Amino acid sequence: MMEVGLGHYLAVAAILFTIGVFGIFVNRKNVIVILMSVELILLSVNVNLVAFSSFLGDLAGQVFALFVLTVAAAEAAVGLAILVVYFRNRGDISVEGVNLMKG
Amino acid sequence: MLASLAFWAFSGVAIVSALMVVIARNPVRSVLFLILAFFSAAGLFVLLGAEFLAMLLIVVYVGAVAVLFLFVVMMLDVDFTELKQGFLEYAPLGAIVALILAIELAMIGLTWRASEQAEALRAAVMPDGVSNVEALGMILYDDYIYFFQASGLVLLVAMIGAIVLTLRHKPHVKRQSVSAQVGRRREDAVELVDVKPGQGIGE
Repeated sequence: MMEVGLGHYLAVAAILFTIGVFGIFVNRKNVIVILMSVELILLSVNVNLVAFSSFLGDLAGQVFALFVLTVAAAEAAVGLAILVVYFRNRGDISVEGVNLMKG
Repeated sequence: MLASLAFWAFSGVAIVSALMVVIARNPVRSVLFLILAFFSAAGLFVLLGAEFLAMLLIVVYVGAVAVLFLFVVMMLDVDFTELKQGFLEYAPLGAIVALILAIELAMIGLTWRASEQAEALRAAVMPDGVSNVEALGMILYDDYIYFFQASGLVLLVAMIGAIVLTLRHKPHVKRQSVSAQVGRRREDAVELVDVKPGQGIGE
């Protein structure tokens, strides 16, 4: 069994980030899954921050991860609220009609 | 030994469930796999010695954000068969972009070196002999107090924004009007009539 180092955690975070970007491209009909992909991307950023914080012995990274978590929660709340309003107006949640929202 | 075994288990589950979030047919399953991915990431945080963030991840993400997602998925009356249309159409493009991104990240990761002065430039060195929660609390409430307040403000704005966006007043619905109830006077409701004997009110 290999010794687990900083590089392993960074690799996991990079794979999670890539999966999140892939999810944004693939789910054109479903904005909910796009929001979940954004959450995955933010999670991978948090893994990066905490890994560096742990291996360098610097707590500032964990504080920063805390704030990323806060902003991600706020983003999910506002995004889902916009989604609910959008569904009320259009009756579906595909990305194609989103440009109708511009004023 | 055990720690590295736990690392492989948690990271494997996290990656597989993240992939299932993206490719699952049913959005409800996507949300459940998202919860699994958050749990495994919390396990990784525990392995890294960040217990407070691991607990926060479970409380905030699994307890609040994922449940919010679940509510919205179940509340919206969406046709599930339609949702996956265009998946195969966009899959090659998404795969190419993801592959390029992965190659770029691998190139950065393989050539990256930590600076010689990195140890000296640490902003908040982890103190010895205190738990993670205590150490985090000690710097969060004095060094980062303005950021802490600002994040509270971000949450307040998000809450107000979500309420303003989704609130709607339906017409023709009877609602309680507190001001009308409180502002009602005795004279508006009751009329005293002096009735003469044997004559009635005489409308």
